[in-house]
Amino acid sequence: MMTNITLGQYYPVDSPVHRLDPRVKIVLTLALIVCVFLAHSLIGYALIFAFIFFTARLAKIPFKTVLKGIKPLRFILILTFVLNLFFSTAGNDLIRIGSVRITDQGLRQSVHYSLRLLFLVMGTSLMTLTTSPIMLSDGMELLLSPLKKLHFPAHELAMMMSIALRFIPTLMEEADKIMKAQMARGADFETGNLLARAKAMVPLLVPLFVSAFRRAGDLAMAMESRCYHGGEGRTRLRTLKLTKQDTVACLLVAGLLLLIILEGMLLPKGWLL
Amino acid sequence: MSLELKHVTYTYSAGSAFQATALDDISLTIEDGEFVALVGHTGCGKSTLVQHLNGLLKPTSGQVLLDGQDINGEGINRRELRQKVGLVFQYPEYQLFEETVAKDIAFGPKNQGLSADEVDRRVRRAMEHVHLNYDKLVERSPFELSGGQMRRVAIAGVLAMEPKVLVLDEPTAGLDPRGRDRILGMVRELHREGTTVVMVSHSMEDVASLATRMVVLSHGRLATQGAPREVFKQRELMAEAGLDIPEAAKLCQALIARGVPLPEDLYLQDELREHLAQLWKEARA
Amino acid sequence: MASSELLSVEQVSYAYEDNPSPALKHIDMKVKPGEFVAVLGHNGSGKSTLAKLLNALYLPTEGRVFVCGMDTADEDRLWDIRSRAGMIFQNPDNQIVATIVREDVAFGLENLGVPHDEMVRRVDQALETVNMTKHAESAPHMLSGGQKQRVAIAGILAMEPSCIIADEATAMLDPKGRRQVLTTVQRLNRESGITVVWITHYMEEAVQADRVIVVSDGEIVLQGKPREIFSQVERMRELHLDVPRMTSLAHELRGDGMPLSEGILTVDEMAEEVSRLLCPSN
Repeated sequence: MMTNITLGQYYPVDSPVHRLDPRVKIVLTLALIVCVFLAHSLIGYALIFAFIFFTARLAKIPFKTVLKGIKPLRFILILTFVLNLFFSTAGNDLIRIGSVRITDQGLRQSVHYSLRLLFLVMGTSLMTLTTSPIMLSDGMELLLSPLKKLHFPAHELAMMMSIALRFIPTLMEEADKIMKAQMARGADFETGNLLARAKAMVPLLVPLFVSAFRRAGDLAMAMESRCYHGGEGRTRLRTLKLTKQDTVACLLVAGLLLLIILEGMLLPKGWLL
Repeated sequence: MSLELKHVTYTYSAGSAFQATALDDISLTIEDGEFVALVGHTGCGKSTLVQHLNGLLKPTSGQVLLDGQDINGEGINRRELRQKVGLVFQYPEYQLFEETVAKDIAFGPKNQGLSADEVDRRVRRAMEHVHLNYDKLVERSPFELSGGQMRRVAIAGVLAMEPKVLVLDEPTAGLDPRGRDRILGMVRELHREGTTVVMVSHSMEDVASLATRMVVLSHGRLATQGAPREVFKQRELMAEAGLDIPEAAKLCQALIARGVPLPEDLYLQDELREHLAQLWKEARA
Repeated sequence: MASSELLSVEQVSYAYEDNPSPALKHIDMKVKPGEFVAVLGHNGSGKSTLAKLLNALYLPTEGRVFVCGMDTADEDRLWDIRSRAGMIFQNPDNQIVATIVREDVAFGLENLGVPHDEMVRRVDQALETVNMTKHAESAPHMLSGGQKQRVAIAGILAMEPSCIIADEATAMLDPKGRRQVLTTVQRLNRESGITVVWITHYMEEAVQADRVIVVSDGEIVLQGKPREIFSQVERMRELHLDVPRMTSLAHELRGDGMPLSEGILTVDEMAEEVSRLLCPSN
């Protein structure tokens, strides 16, 4: 029984950050990303780190959980660091052993790139940790809705997202059941080489697809019978309203952005890296 | 071949916040040639229990013994075990996947590593058992068949492994009366031919006419077990377990309350009819 | 057509594109406001096709279907028709669209463009009516089958329909869920006067209807009060349909010479008559 699956990374607690309007969170995350790319020195990065750290605090999310988002990317991070460190040739040598050189600019670049990547991941996971997937898709729909005039299917995408979220637990339960049923007929999903295992998936995947298509057909009919006809003229039960907290959040991020810009202008390049 | 559950307890998601005990200290024996009906309200643990019978789930504590041997012990061949104890899940037609009926039914026997001739023989026999016309249907896609036919193909897929014990989890769910009667008739036949049957059912009427023994579960515990005649007498216990009793038993009790001299444990329509016809004859004479 | 009918099916035939033999043949059927009509038939009898014609999901190949006086072929009235004749389907999972119960109930209203405050009022009321208020914020996959079907009913109620068409809405439920769903719909029929077309293959459910229509091979073969229909034990068996246990027992005992009346449906009725025959002193 897999009835208690949490979807995505969402960390379900109640906090001021969780309560922010998803539109605001998406925009502010973008702003944070801009900050990350504008930062010039370790001071800038320290500011960004402090911001992320305190936001996580405010969101009642253990910092460890935020760091978990980095785990799948750790090889890329290391790779970014190592490649930049050893393969940039500009600048003055710091260390030179045979043909291997590490330059000051190489070190600077590798630190910059890895930190950027690090904060990028932490910033976006902060958003997905504090925003449920359905709110996220709502926020995206509303932010993208001006593009509807250009025939961009904002409503359709959001509806698809919502239906996918609705049916993922159902299909996972079903997959579990089909798997057991095939095991009862002697199917083996666990042993054998890669090819054998891939072949063993057929008795699981075919019924799962058949069922997904059947469900899709049924659902389409049920939606039509409840007068669904696309996004036109639709009203919503769940409406998003900007609150004071959203304004405060915007001001805070605007402040951070300002500081980062000032840091870039005031501090001499290369100061503290 | 006997199946024995010894103090089986099963806990879902043990140790997590969602921990839930699905089975609580269940001990029971299923003897060779029995027809055991497993009944109880939804969520009583029936489906969890049947998955213990072929080792799909392992008890959190306790043992499942097949002919005295622990099925979750060392050196047990799981494939062989699942071939001996055939399990048909609820809505089994949702597990069909092959291009043809023949190939789908052959999936189990092929996994057993049988020869092509033997597999073919088994497909034929299994289709005979579920009353599907071999020549007409064997090369058809299972997805083109009617719902009732698909279910029978799926059951044939388990029968083709020639299990000693056949376990069915609500085999008639969602079928219309004709489909239901076909499946029940088929299960009755298999039992007569010597297969041990364990059937999960919501319908006390079906259970009444088929089972040699009933096992009643309530909230993960064994509420009672025994011959249907004994079990249906315990009206209060059945009501507590959220279960109905057959209408014939209800009528029998209603008539006794009105002073009609009937034995108090009648539960089959036919026996009640005989008694009433007899009483009528006497009353007129 | 007469305005006193809520649903009117006039000489309707329907054939699926990939199948030359029609699923329904020249069906005539009328349903009055406030009626509870059960449509009984085995799988493949055409009863589901009939349901879909009543909600304009299908349009008749021949003949016409009217819902509250509106022709289902009239495209301009489509949303009107579908909100007047709400439909519940067989599979509880495959008709819930939203990730939260409350939002699913609102789905129809969102499509109709109902203003927000009005929507909130109607959704809360509909959830209350089907006794699901305490699950309003739950995820649908955490509910039982019977609860899911009640959510589906609430979704239709919110649209304030004149009629509910249930297409085998209990076929995939356990006995408890089946009872819950049926009693909910019966209550709506009695208390709010909502017309019900209850499509099923369970005779126990048809017994409770005002009128039963038996469909076989795309045609209406029997029609009448439950008592009239189920007393035709032999005919029902020919049609591969169940009759109530007590009706069939009474039928058999009549064969044994016991003068029981036709049309016995329940244990109480049977006990009453049998004890009167066997213990005349009481």
